[in-house]
Amino acid sequence: MIEVTGLSKRYGDVTAVHGMTFACAPGTVTGFLGPNGAGKSTTMRMICGMTPPTTGTATVAGTEYRKIANPARHVGALLDPSAQHGGRTGRETLALTARLIGVPPRRADAMLDMVGLAGKAARRPVRAYSLGMRQRLGIAQALLGDPSVLILDEPANGLDPEGIRWMRTLLRGFADKGGTVLLSSHLLREVEAVADRFVVVARGRVVAQGTAADLLAGRTGTFVRGLDPAALGAALAAAGLPATPDASGAFTVAADAARVGRAAAAAGAVLVELRPAGDGLEDLFLSLTADREPVA
Amino acid sequence: MTALAASPAVAPPRPSLARLTGVELRKMTDTRAGRWLLVLVALTGVVAVPIVIATSPGRDQGLQDMFSIAQLGPQLLLPVVGILAVTAEWSQRTALTTFALVPVRWRVAVAKLLAGAVLGLASLPVTLGTAVAGRGAGGLAGRSEGSWHLPLFVVGTAAFLAVANVLTGMAFGMLLMNTPLAITLNFVLPVALTTLTQTVHRLRGPLGWIDLNRATEPLSDVGVTSGEWARLATALAVWLVVPLAAGLVRLNRREIN
Repeated sequence: MIEVTGLSKRYGDVTAVHGMTFACAPGTVTGFLGPNGAGKSTTMRMICGMTPPTTGTATVAGTEYRKIANPARHVGALLDPSAQHGGRTGRETLALTARLIGVPPRRADAMLDMVGLAGKAARRPVRAYSLGMRQRLGIAQALLGDPSVLILDEPANGLDPEGIRWMRTLLRGFADKGGTVLLSSHLLREVEAVADRFVVVARGRVVAQGTAADLLAGRTGTFVRGLDPAALGAALAAAGLPATPDASGAFTVAADAARVGRAAAAAGAVLVELRPAGDGLEDLFLSLTADREPVA
Repeated sequence: MTALAASPAVAPPRPSLARLTGVELRKMTDTRAGRWLLVLVALTGVVAVPIVIATSPGRDQGLQDMFSIAQLGPQLLLPVVGILAVTAEWSQRTALTTFALVPVRWRVAVAKLLAGAVLGLASLPVTLGTAVAGRGAGGLAGRSEGSWHLPLFVVGTAAFLAVANVLTGMAFGMLLMNTPLAITLNFVLPVALTTLTQTVHRLRGPLGWIDLNRATEPLSDVGVTSGEWARLATALAVWLVVPLAAGLVRLNRREIN
């Protein structure tokens, strides 16, 4: 469980985070989405006690992070994959953490094995690791204390497509066993397949949050293409459906697919394409986070 | 997933200070750079002692003289060991991990200081060994004629200074949080102070209270006066206590990124 209430961070005249409020429930993966510089990392660092907030509170498992006795046993945080000593091997990095947080050293080996860094890779110094390997090491470190909460800042950065799929499966499994996951990304594609809920931020504010269905509610439309654009246009107009043509002759119609299909059938217009308009979430994400002043 | 009955504020328990100190000691010795630096601390004496055997008059080659020469490595390099133990957290960016695991920052700082003290004390058997080997070899070579006597007091002050050297480095590291700056200032400031003392004679008296080089000099032999102790105390306050206190405040307040 993660609860963020009215969290703000001001640096001089610049407000990086404006009164953010959201919660992440056990058993869910929350995608923390927003363009670069939207305040995602600052918020995650405030949750983890790295950055003192100007106002507001953040708790993990009901406790302020800095008051958790042995945080790694409750929260696995991966805030920056590069935050490892380049001269230490992957194995030593995890062995040190295991010692510090009081878990047996064999767990370090188990985690290295799980993230695919066992064997030779574990014995190499971290400075020789690619970004993807550092992410894997960071995830292994986050999971070392068998936490119930994961906080991961851009964990997909540097992972190859196979790695992204692997991480998705891992996070889904973690949440399905009752874990709480907060994972940030500036790319919707990276998180939409795994996230149950989204917290969309722009310019330091939460601009939308909820499930994909919540976010898309009231924004449905249908994309339709006919063999004869003119005939289809006439059919839609005859049925009284508001349609916007695009350059290729297809239409986006503010009505569900059944009504559009019926209108075309009634006029005998042949359809070659009929589907929900656009990529709903992506359009929404872009429109929410577009670089404009927020509506007051 | 562990089902927890107790509040995360108390369970599982936080790592003990002894465990934190052990981890910090391991962090100072588990990288190649760290190990080489410690080897260098030991080797400096091993290299300096034969030079003394070859060049000093035989009567100035007692065990105490050898022991004093063997302190060269710890004296010069233990502050660097201390600085790096602290500043590596920022230059290697491991602070983000360290303080995520131990969010009460002063506990990490105290563990580092304790680990530094352990390393400082560990330099003692090394320098004692070097001194004994040097006096023995010098005797066999027919060069060393000085006494085998080594006052316990001198061993004690050497231990004290070795620890103070590491901790001074750590205090500088914590205050500045920047490796090159901390190392440079740690070397340059004392030299500047000594130079100032030598060029401006009227400053010699007052600056004696803060010049750490001059304040520690009397400790290399027995018979330290109360005035000398007082000067040592003020110099250590300036070079160790004040930067350490300021560094701890800064560490506790700063944003970690």
